[in-house]
Amino acid sequence: MFDTHWVGVVAGIDRHQRLAQIEQLRSKVRRLEQKPGMGAELATHAALGGVVQLRAGGTYAADSLSLAMLLMAGPSAAGEWSAVVGVEDFGVEAAAELGVDLERTIVVPRPKDSWLEATAALVDVTTLVLVRPTGRVTPAVAEKIGARLRTRGAALVALGDWPRADVRLRATEPSWVGLGAGDGHLRARRMVVEAVRGTAPPRRTALWFPGPDGATRKVMEPVADIADLRKQESA
Amino acid sequence: MSRTLVVWCADWPVAAALGEQGLPRHLPAAVFAQNRVQACNQAAREFGIKRGMRRRDAQARCPEVQVLAADDARDARVFEEVLLRLEELRPGVMPLRPGLAALRSPARFYGGEEEAGAAIAECVVGLGIWDVRIGIADELFTAEQAARSAGLQETYAVPADGGSTAFLRALPVHVLEDANAVSLLQRLGLTTLGGLADLPGADVKARFGAQAAWVRQVIHGEGARPVTGRTPPPELATEVAFEPPLDSAEAVCFSARQAAEGFVKGLAARQEVCTEVRIEIVMEDVPDAVRTWAHPRWFSAADLIDRLHWQLAGVRTGSTGPARKGGAVMTVRFVPEVAVSEAVHADGLWGGTDERVNRGIARVQGLLGHEAVVAPVVQGGRSPRDRQAYVPWGDRPSTLRDRTLPWPGSIPPPAPARVLADPWPAEVCDQAGRPVVVLPRGGLSGDPARYRPAAGSGSAEPWQRIASWAGPWPVTEAWWEPSAGRRVARFQLVGVDGRAWLATFDTDHWLTEASYD
Repeated sequence: MFDTHWVGVVAGIDRHQRLAQIEQLRSKVRRLEQKPGMGAELATHAALGGVVQLRAGGTYAADSLSLAMLLMAGPSAAGEWSAVVGVEDFGVEAAAELGVDLERTIVVPRPKDSWLEATAALVDVTTLVLVRPTGRVTPAVAEKIGARLRTRGAALVALGDWPRADVRLRATEPSWVGLGAGDGHLRARRMVVEAVRGTAPPRRTALWFPGPDGATRKVMEPVADIADLRKQESA
Repeated sequence: MSRTLVVWCADWPVAAALGEQGLPRHLPAAVFAQNRVQACNQAAREFGIKRGMRRRDAQARCPEVQVLAADDARDARVFEEVLLRLEELRPGVMPLRPGLAALRSPARFYGGEEEAGAAIAECVVGLGIWDVRIGIADELFTAEQAARSAGLQETYAVPADGGSTAFLRALPVHVLEDANAVSLLQRLGLTTLGGLADLPGADVKARFGAQAAWVRQVIHGEGARPVTGRTPPPELATEVAFEPPLDSAEAVCFSARQAAEGFVKGLAARQEVCTEVRIEIVMEDVPDAVRTWAHPRWFSAADLIDRLHWQLAGVRTGSTGPARKGGAVMTVRFVPEVAVSEAVHADGLWGGTDERVNRGIARVQGLLGHEAVVAPVVQGGRSPRDRQAYVPWGDRPSTLRDRTLPWPGSIPPPAPARVLADPWPAEVCDQAGRPVVVLPRGGLSGDPARYRPAAGSGSAEPWQRIASWAGPWPVTEAWWEPSAGRRVARFQLVGVDGRAWLATFDTDHWLTEASYD
């Protein structure tokens, strides 16, 4: 009797932890059991919450390299493999600062004419592929890659345009903090990220990208404060 | 009872170093460890150079002395060749230390001890080792001392049946390696081992240490150490010879497949896997192509064939050295450089994902070449381009700069997202439209007002006004080298459209190095 009582107490303490663990295992099982094409959710960077949610099999077009890195940081930080194809000017240090795990990143800087084959091969084995296509991508090629992404449960982030991309992301209104007329240095950037999904109205969010402490997060303060901050910096 | 033969290569560290560097052996040379002479050869000794002498003293006595660095691994590696040759003559060779080996005397086979010594000395001299001395005695310690008493390339045989006692008793005490014991014996007035042998055994051990006690026992005919031959290292290297030599890389790879499988199987039989392999390609009329390949996990037969194919392709195109066209391949050899236990690389019970990734990477490497797939690494440096490195996938990063050093002149974070592989030529003007230059004292000719990130003809980046800027941050790199030295100044520029750039003024022109995209 004493024993059961004791076990009951321990179970009560551990309950939350265990439930969380069970839920985690269940989601893993769900992912394994899933039929291809259902588009399981992939880990997405917290700063992009509410704007875009990465899904397996999805294609995302981003117009800025740091935004593409931010998309890549989600799954990469969660322990997934990612690949970068055709981005010769990939800033490795910036990617690491955003949370990309370099240990699990494969880079093919100059695929020359074989970017498509390289991308297809890497889609098979990684969860997220960041690609800058050389030359025009025809809708037929995009459809082929899309089918492969859905079978393999991977996502593709294209730098530049991608035919019929699920979500198009734009980084707009960048404003840097920390630089004066000959003094200071770049410290933080405020930016508005805009996501367009099909014909739906765009979703926008203002980000510290990166913030003064180096972390990328949503802007919580009213905009007036940033103006003040900038005034302080330039003064 | 069989007699013991000791082969002594005098001044072995010097001989090994000179031999490996291909220097003539008559030069005065010495091996230095921590700026003191560790070993020197006869030519150096004639100038008065001795063991333990400081380097500057040695160089004062003989300015042209070859200064060689001490390297135990090299000594052992070069001595391995000698051991292999000795094992061809007589199995069961016991290496004592680099330069010294013992074996059971093969006197009966050669018809006498002198003859056996001569045969062995000839074989060692055949390897280019000039100063070899042979000692033969009943027992190991005596044989070693006999070798040290022998003349150049000669054999000193201590007579059997009691001859060794007389021989040992006449030796001076400094043959003991223990410096304290030698000093004490000399201060006690004992100059030969005979004096030591006459002392009572228990007292010797208490007063002069274990080594002196053991030597005393040996003189009394006890405590002889047996010669135990080493087990020769297993032959794991596999080679395949082509007769007639093959020209096409495909044919070579196809024919080498079986050898590669045998190589992996041979290791697997010892429950080992190879993580680093040296592939040697021997070709007609051209120097051998040798390259060491590392694998993040371990080499399977298919991986070996891939590496062989890349190496052949590299040899043909000259990407890894001078192009060697026309040389048909005669032999391919796989040599395991690092073999580790299978257990280290066994798949986890739930694992297998990384294996899948490696297979996918191998496919891309097969498509684009080994160097095309890289792992990104952050390293130390000043410019953003110096601070990152790409290591070919499967190779281990070898020459990375330390990130923890201060790197004065580096740009504080955040790091730029786009780091241009080839900087763009840029233009910066002041308010009046004159190009801005950095003056020799570090000042500016005018405040930057307009900027064009890419001044090249076909670029789409137009002129734009500068909203804010910072700099110049001067960096002087390698100023001590007249040609390679660089004096650059870095600037951060933010245009009115909000985009930030990292620009560099290098001697007389502007470059765009990176963009905070």
